[in-house]
Amino acid sequence: MATAGIQTNPDEFQERIDAGIKIEPKDAMPDAYRKTLIRQISQHAHSEIVGQLPEGNWITRAPSLKRKAILLAKVQDEAGHGLYLYSAAETLGVTREQMIEDLLAGKAKYSSIFNYPTLTWADIGAIGWLVDGSAIINQIPICRCSYGPYARAMVRICKEETFHQRQGFEIMLTLSRGTAEQKAMAQDALNRWWWPSLMMHGPSDKDSKHSAQSMKWKIKLFSNDELRQKFVDQTVPQAEFLGLTIPDKELKWNPERGHYDFGQIDWDEFQNIVQGNGPCNQERLQARISAHRDGAWVREAAAAYAQKHPRGARRSA
Amino acid sequence: MSDWPLWEVFIRSQHGLAHKHVGSLHAPDAEMAIKNARDVYTRRNEGVSIWVVRSSDITASSPGDKEPLFDPANSKVYRYPAFYEVPKEIKNI
Repeated sequence: MATAGIQTNPDEFQERIDAGIKIEPKDAMPDAYRKTLIRQISQHAHSEIVGQLPEGNWITRAPSLKRKAILLAKVQDEAGHGLYLYSAAETLGVTREQMIEDLLAGKAKYSSIFNYPTLTWADIGAIGWLVDGSAIINQIPICRCSYGPYARAMVRICKEETFHQRQGFEIMLTLSRGTAEQKAMAQDALNRWWWPSLMMHGPSDKDSKHSAQSMKWKIKLFSNDELRQKFVDQTVPQAEFLGLTIPDKELKWNPERGHYDFGQIDWDEFQNIVQGNGPCNQERLQARISAHRDGAWVREAAAAYAQKHPRGARRSA
Repeated sequence: MSDWPLWEVFIRSQHGLAHKHVGSLHAPDAEMAIKNARDVYTRRNEGVSIWVVRSSDITASSPGDKEPLFDPANSKVYRYPAFYEVPKEIKNI
């Protein structure tokens, strides 16, 4: 059981990975594997948490009580997903406090897409359809990744995400079948969210610095470009059904490849946002800092109560 | 043996799956609990890993709280994908 302190033999570790045996928290593992996972899982957790903000913007202004209840449920799910993932990262020895501190200090990254604003109600549709659609494509393979706690968290998450994408598509469908103005609103949201959604799969394979090792360790099972292609291939027919136009003049079915060809992604824009200069980077971080600061009294009160009633309302099983 | 604490036993049946509760046993300490669990619960190769937790360390929800805890989810059918109508022409959603 107590193998954690034992020196890892990289060859034996790789053999285990190659044999498809999951790595569990107490197993010996190379430091770099542990560090890569801590970085990836905590970034993933931060993305779920920060991802609540753009959508949260529309909870009070949802067009009906039904849409409001649905949006609340979705944002609540994102919080849950963040918590599953923080717990999975903690099994690797990092503390929750450290991860939150890194996020609030601007040291940790989260998905760049959440640094774009949600300008209209149609953005809520576009986010569910495209951003969650993109996330699902990235996340489904992670259900089979080599680290057990991450894989198991991802199974839960993927199961819950399905409703997110569907509700988004349904919003887009309703708007597309609505008035000319509503349809224009849906088109405008697609125009603004399309390219950022393609960026969600990460830098092109040739520029992705972590990809090769992560694939060898089966933390990553498909390359960024493969995932992106899959997203484009499955989303184009959906846009056609909606009667909306994807904002890419080079987008064209390539019968030889059996895939859609598509235009160049503006990686300068992506890098600029990663560097902290996107339209909402500061606003998002500030919202997290305020939430953490304003919630301090709740944490203090809970700790004080626990100290006062050490066994609380505890019952044995 | 009556003064030996009760331990709850969790077995990971296969690589990749979560540990699952299988039952309990008495043992004087954690190490003995693992040894006993191995003999009691994995004689037919049922697992690849064992967890034991003192039963007294488990806090359980009260059966009487079932309704307030779980009923509120009943009305939130929109949390399920089947709540949303997806036209049959649409694939992969």
